[in-house]
Amino acid sequence: MLAYLEDDLERARRSRAALPAGMPGSGTAALAHSPSSRQQPRMSNASLAIDLDGVARRFARRWVLRGVTLRVQPGEVVGLTGNNGSGKTTLLRIVSTLLRPTRGGGSVFGHDLVNDAAAVRPYIGYLGHAAGLYDDLTAFENLRFSVRMAGLDVGAGVLDEALERVRLDEFRNERTRGFSAGMRRRLGVARLLVRPPRLLLLDEPYASFDVDGITLVNELASSVAEAGGATLIATHDVARGRGVLTRMVRIVEGRLVQRTLDEEEAYLAGRPPAPPLEAEA
Amino acid sequence: MASELIRIRAMVWKDLTAERRTKANFNAVAFLAGAILLLFGFALGPDAAALEAAAGGMIWLTVLFSGVLSFNRSYEKELEGGALEALLLYPGDRRSIYLGKLIANFAFVLLVEAILLPAAAVLYDLPLHTMVLPLAGVLLLGTFGFVTLGTFYAAMASRLRAREVLLPLLLFPMLIPLLVACVEATQAIIDQDAMGFAGSWMKLLVVFDVVFFVAAYFAFDYVIEA
Repeated sequence: MLAYLEDDLERARRSRAALPAGMPGSGTAALAHSPSSRQQPRMSNASLAIDLDGVARRFARRWVLRGVTLRVQPGEVVGLTGNNGSGKTTLLRIVSTLLRPTRGGGSVFGHDLVNDAAAVRPYIGYLGHAAGLYDDLTAFENLRFSVRMAGLDVGAGVLDEALERVRLDEFRNERTRGFSAGMRRRLGVARLLVRPPRLLLLDEPYASFDVDGITLVNELASSVAEAGGATLIATHDVARGRGVLTRMVRIVEGRLVQRTLDEEEAYLAGRPPAPPLEAEA
Repeated sequence: MASELIRIRAMVWKDLTAERRTKANFNAVAFLAGAILLLFGFALGPDAAALEAAAGGMIWLTVLFSGVLSFNRSYEKELEGGALEALLLYPGDRRSIYLGKLIANFAFVLLVEAILLPAAAVLYDLPLHTMVLPLAGVLLLGTFGFVTLGTFYAAMASRLRAREVLLPLLLFPMLIPLLVACVEATQAIIDQDAMGFAGSWMKLLVVFDVVFFVAAYFAFDYVIEA
């Protein structure tokens, strides 16, 4: 485990060394006092689902992200891991346009995250820690409200079908005040089923779910990718995403490090790294 | 445009349905309004002439204090369970959120006024039946301006920890011209308005309403983004 950690830190240090002077973490910038620079116009690539370039984000005096560069192709399901407080949720919130990066920038399907945020939002489906439900509305009413807020007016049959898929059909007319955390998240998934996004952002999607729920999330992630979209899943539970995740990235010291699924699973399980092939030979 | 209308209608329906089911906000606001009216009555004493002379101001101050409570509560519901973030992620113009909340708050404050006015008429001995129509006009215009600004500033304060304190601090100074116009128009109507002052004040209220609405509508996107 320590070997992995050292390896990650070394990779993060190398990427820091490559940063231009003045960037947070480059060694030439005083992190706590770095003045935020103005957003620079950037070339966007419409063929990429996510195209992030040096995204940094500061909360008060603490830099959470220090230059994240990430490119996600349509059809990919990317797992995002990192220790608690490493910035996974912050990164998802930046990609979803809920937060602005302090520095750097990016685009979603060619639309700039900062200057063209309104054009990004129709592509986004986001399932965060909180499902964003109204306790005094029923499950059906919450679902219908979310669809109408998306500007759609679909029939009750479509909504009932989504409730059935997430196995909440028998709770259709119950107020969500009494719902468990898992049921709330299922309703959140139902919203994504009714209006499938092109870019699915899932924040700890396996938490609070039973086996059926986990299968449901994985099926949703796969279907979005198969339809030409992409999925970014922030999770500590990599094993649950096996078979769905096409690659892994890990946030270390505010930057991304590429990992294979096996590497990440071994790291999380505390196993020593597999010896290189040359040594086996 | 059609999708924006769907969004506005959904916001109004959601706010009013949640309120109709719990009545938590209505009970609190109606109780506060009743208490303020009573306390003003006690403060001025049993002098009927003094009560009638101050009735316009007391009615509007009661509307203001109780309205602020409802505006705060209106956005609190969005903060519970991360609903505000979900709202911000929906595609489309975010100003439909403002319009939806504005209509729902307007209906809510008018409902409170419908209970408050008869109570004020009884407490302050006002001949309400002789002034229903002109008073309704002043209430509609004044309430619209008040709710327009209140909904806007409540959105601004919604994500601050001290929002209960900040909202009145931000809102009340902006409301002073509107409050003066509302009180003068209402008092002129109560005093039988022999000189026709109410009409002039109501014209001024229309101007305030238009200015406040246009400014709040176009600034809302920036406020909610921040």
